Amino acid sequence: MKYVENAKVISQKEISPGIFDLCLQTENIAKEARPGQFVSVYTNDRSRLLPRPISICGADSGSGILRLVYRVTGKGTGTEEFSRTEEGGSLRIEGPLGNGFDPDVAESETVMLVGGGIGIPPLLETAKRLKAKCRIVLGYRDSSLFLKEEFERYGEVYIATEDGSVETRGNVLDAIRGKDIKADRIYACGPKPMLRALAAYAEEKNILCYVSMEERMACGIGACLACVCASREKDAHTNVHNKRICKEGPVFLSTEVEL
Amino acid sequence: MISTKVSIAGVELKNPVVTASGTFGSGEEFSEFYDLGELGAVVTKGVANVPWPGNPVPRIAETASGMLNAIGLQNPGIDVMCERDLPFLAGYDTKVIVNVCGRTEEDYCEVVRRLADEKVDLLEINVSCPNVKEGGIAFGQNPKALQQITEKVKSVAKQPVIMKLSPNVTDITEMARAAEAGGADAVSLINTLTGMKIDIHRRTFALANRTGGLSGPAIKPVAVRMVYQVAHAVSIPIIGMGGIASAEDAVEFMMAGASAVAVGTANFADPYAALKIVRGIEDFMKEENIEDIRSIIGAV
Ligand SMILES: Cc1cc2nc3c(=O)[nH]c(=O)nc-3n(C[C@H](O)[C@H](O)[C@H](O)COP(=O)(O)OP(=O)(O)OC[C@H]3O[C@@H](n4cnc5c(N)ncnc54)[C@H](O)[C@@H]3O)c2cc1C
Ligand SMILES: Cc1cc2nc3c(=O)[nH]c(=O)nc-3n(C[C@H](O)[C@H](O)[C@H](O)COP(=O)(O)O)c2cc1C
Ligand code: FES
Repeated sequence: MKYVENAKVISQKEISPGIFDLCLQTENIAKEARPGQFVSVYTNDRSRLLPRPISICGADSGSGILRLVYRVTGKGTGTEEFSRTEEGGSLRIEGPLGNGFDPDVAESETVMLVGGGIGIPPLLETAKRLKAKCRIVLGYRDSSLFLKEEFERYGEVYIATEDGSVETRGNVLDAIRGKDIKADRIYACGPKPMLRALAAYAEEKNILCYVSMEERMACGIGACLACVCASREKDAHTNVHNKRICKEGPVFLSTEVEL
Repeated sequence: MISTKVSIAGVELKNPVVTASGTFGSGEEFSEFYDLGELGAVVTKGVANVPWPGNPVPRIAETASGMLNAIGLQNPGIDVMCERDLPFLAGYDTKVIVNVCGRTEEDYCEVVRRLADEKVDLLEINVSCPNVKEGGIAFGQNPKALQQITEKVKSVAKQPVIMKLSPNVTDITEMARAAEAGGADAVSLINTLTGMKIDIHRRTFALANRTGGLSGPAIKPVAVRMVYQVAHAVSIPIIGMGGIASAEDAVEFMMAGASAVAVGTANFADPYAALKIVRGIEDFMKEENIEDIRSIIGAV
């Protein structure tokens, strides 16, 4: 089921410059959410019509608390408006949307969770729910790391920073090759070039690689065909070579889609 | 008792609220939120004789009180529509309007013929999509071509035909008259207004298609004006649309001369938008002591 709720803000704090950590009280959304799914967040400014898709960073089925970690993209944006919402205020959200990462991986397997920048948050709930062994590779721009300590509860964490200020200098792939991090499958979220490089790496190692994709969205539920990505095979729903990221995705097997 | 029933070309809708083509798929996704039987009709996404892959991404961009889209009429083709979507819609107590697109007159006619024996109440012929190079708009900006394609479609159609008009013309009444002369049973307007947005940081177009169709509240005054003009130019019924986001907006279109209204972009801002407008119209009627919604059509 999908729900539209006026979710109360329980807490919000800036955990790194421009990165906000928001906890919302939901009735059903957190209860039914799977890791890697997302919600549509609506702005209160009626001149901004479209919802902002934001991944689920945490979903506690007991308390109904939904956690979103998002980046303010600039002045006068919807995300800037969200960042000003105070405790006790509320935000209208719709979800849970999309498919998410499959958390039911055999305990004997090792999953490599790879996040780049604002692609890191959705991997946290994924790491939490996985029973398989996790190796976590996080790529940041500089030493303003976020969520790192929380990931450490679920597996070994490796860091790559573009400026070399923490651990491996470079991107996540430099860390993976440099530290020779092995796994049976990859779950990844981050910028397109990172996903492309990981898909190539997975092919070389002959392992499965699941990537979470992004595109501009209008409906967020599969009705408008705004958010498609090219697919290798003809898709069962669209009957052409593309898939709806909001509905069939955002998580795809890297070999299903054109990256 | 109030009556919200309206009639379009002999087809009775339980209320004047329908969905705008392309914003509601074939209804399946929105049926997770409410009973489609609450709507006057469901209008499907445009369908062609064969599957169309649509335009490259980005296909949409947000603008002040509106959005640009250049989906490019992606659709799975008429076979999938008949096998999957129409049987699905037949399960709801609502009317079904299939929106048809094509590249050539023959493409349109092929789809219309295929629909002859299907459970479809009305056909909406899209000759006004600004986002595809061939077909679509080519018929919608030239009165002669519009009249001719209307005649062709009418000659093969079993269901009443609504011609969907483009606002991207000098005089929309001329186009409405051409559709009427071609035998159209109704017209719907407006489709989107051609627009452009530039991403100044990337120094390029926000949409891969460069231009897109503007929709949403930003276009409402233009749409209301055009509905009013067309209502005075032709005697066939009008389905009005363009930026409708509330019951008050819907009433405005009806007072300008529309017999029914379509809700489009508002579905993205709130999946319950069309349902809320159905309810809001009932509330408005009670508040203003209106017994029959038809009494407000063209009331201005
Ligand atoms: C499935 C999915 C999950 C996401 N998860 C997160 C997350 O967990 N944290 C996070 O910070 N960001 C996430 N994003 C990116 C986030 O949606 C955009 O940064 C956000 O929409 C920008 O909105 P704005 O109000 O800041 O910008 P504005 O410039 O005001 O946005 C204008 C319009 O463009 C859209 N838009 C702008 N940038 C993007 C983008 N990169 N992707 C999709 N739409 C965009 C907006 O939704 C809006 O409709 C996700 C995107 C997708 C598709
Ligand atoms: C994403 C999107 C897709 C659309 N697709 C179609 C279409 O396939 N056929 C059509 O006739 N009109 C299409 N339209 C136009 C709408 O049906 C409607 O005429 C227009 O958007 C104005 O109404 P609105 O402001 O309520 O959205 C589309 C509009 C949008 C926003
Ligand atoms: S955003 Fe509408 S189909 Fe994905």
